[in-house]
Amino acid sequence: MNREDFLMFENNPDIIYFDNGATTFKPKKVIHKIGDYYTKYTANAHRGDYDISLKVDTEYENTREVVKNFINAKDISEIIFTKGTTDSMNMIVFGFMKYYLKKGDEVLITKSEHASNVLPWFELEKKLGIIVKFIPLTEDFKVTLDNIKKVVTPNTKIISLAHITNVIGDIRPIKEIGEYAHDNNMLLVVDGAQSVPHLKTDVQDLNIDFLAFSAHKMLGPTGVGVLYGKKDLLEVMQPLTFGGGMNSFFESTKDLEYKELPLRLEAGTQNIAGVLGLKEAILYLEEIGMDKIHNYEIELRNYLIKRLKEVNNITVYNENSESGIVIFNINDIFAEDTSRYLNHYNICVRAGNHCTKMVKDEIKVKNTCRISLYLYNTKDEIDKLIEVLKNSKNIYDIIL
Amino acid sequence: MDSSFRRELIVDNASNPFHKETKDNQEFIKANTHNESCIDNINLYVKIQDDKIIDAYFDGEACAITTSATSIMLKNIIGKSIDEARNIMKEYYKMINEEEYEEEKLGELNAYSDISKQASRKKCAILPFQTLEKTIKIYED
Repeated sequence: MNREDFLMFENNPDIIYFDNGATTFKPKKVIHKIGDYYTKYTANAHRGDYDISLKVDTEYENTREVVKNFINAKDISEIIFTKGTTDSMNMIVFGFMKYYLKKGDEVLITKSEHASNVLPWFELEKKLGIIVKFIPLTEDFKVTLDNIKKVVTPNTKIISLAHITNVIGDIRPIKEIGEYAHDNNMLLVVDGAQSVPHLKTDVQDLNIDFLAFSAHKMLGPTGVGVLYGKKDLLEVMQPLTFGGGMNSFFESTKDLEYKELPLRLEAGTQNIAGVLGLKEAILYLEEIGMDKIHNYEIELRNYLIKRLKEVNNITVYNENSESGIVIFNINDIFAEDTSRYLNHYNICVRAGNHCTKMVKDEIKVKNTCRISLYLYNTKDEIDKLIEVLKNSKNIYDIIL
Repeated sequence: MDSSFRRELIVDNASNPFHKETKDNQEFIKANTHNESCIDNINLYVKIQDDKIIDAYFDGEACAITTSATSIMLKNIIGKSIDEARNIMKEYYKMINEEEYEEEKLGELNAYSDISKQASRKKCAILPFQTLEKTIKIYED
């Protein structure tokens, strides 16, 4: 749907882009918004001394309101702009958890988490002596509450999960997990990088304590993302960066005071163009409707799975997941050779372990090709993919 | 080298690589190289005595280019002295970088002579030699 809104298709008429889990194309509205900032009202935010500066400030702060409504946060001070999901996750772990947790406390993750929901915890484990434990996955590589209960101990303080994982593409029962976590005095951290762009996310309904997501995976610009946190938690989060924009005053006597939320956590000039682009991306998604987007992706996914079954020599590893992410290999062909073969036909898929290096323990295969769908993909594109996969006998003639 | 022969050579070595195995490696020097821009990941095991490469094998997961190039490299360097192996390496790099090189020194490695046409594949083709150099350096240290 809406392909006419994307200049990438105008400039690359034959491209079939199936790597939306990595990043997405940007609609004209987003690009124009960023262009307008750089060509019509370039100024810094939070000054307001002159007209264009006031405009920037208003637009920037209005984005917070738009994000707040998009994820149904209670208050705009719960929305912090960051560089992206990774940045947000690091702020959660090193700005909050480092002070909240103590030696011996346990954090539950899974082996199918993205590096940004693994490595900060591993680092904190080294520094603080917390214990990072893995929730066992089901045969379909899913997380269930029963499996969580199997590894919970009186020391479990945090459950940190992707809402949708970037390789398996399974949708976690976050609401159920949230209820259980809070009944048992745990906090729930959610990596929303692969879910917020595709699924209506209501942080109050899901009872999420911290949520991280990136603009560029949801039609917005690169280099900007969001950290959501419940206000009482953000109030005690320590800034990881200090400088301009986040202080109220400082004196040569070393007397100083930092600003209130959210600015206390946004030191330095922010990615203003990115933030404004994010706003436009959210408005664009909302205009279509998140439910409509999700349902369309499911329809595409089901069609893709059905058609992939027509191809003899491929293995699909996550047939039972419920998102637009499908991982597969052509049998006996290295994933990267497959992606290069598909590239020959202008089909963009990702080959590798997708920054999820532990998932190989679960799916018993190190590298896969990943198709990740979005609203502008079509059944016609899937048909072309299937045709190419069916003819893959000549793969080496093509890539060598 | 004509293109169908070249392709056949690469596919043969990718499908049935020479000395791709796992075995007792106590006497072997091991090195691993990830190709940073892709997912090729091989371990090379080299046994060097008196500056001579006595034996070598590899394991890991890699694309057809890296796997076949490792296979062909091993065929070319086992039994050679370190100096001879480095000479092959030098000529190979010249070939990959489209410089003048001594074709007769490279044998089947000439299969990669036009890899430079695919810039993204150059890294895959040089990966085995980068790994070999690592093992030699470990030996020399």
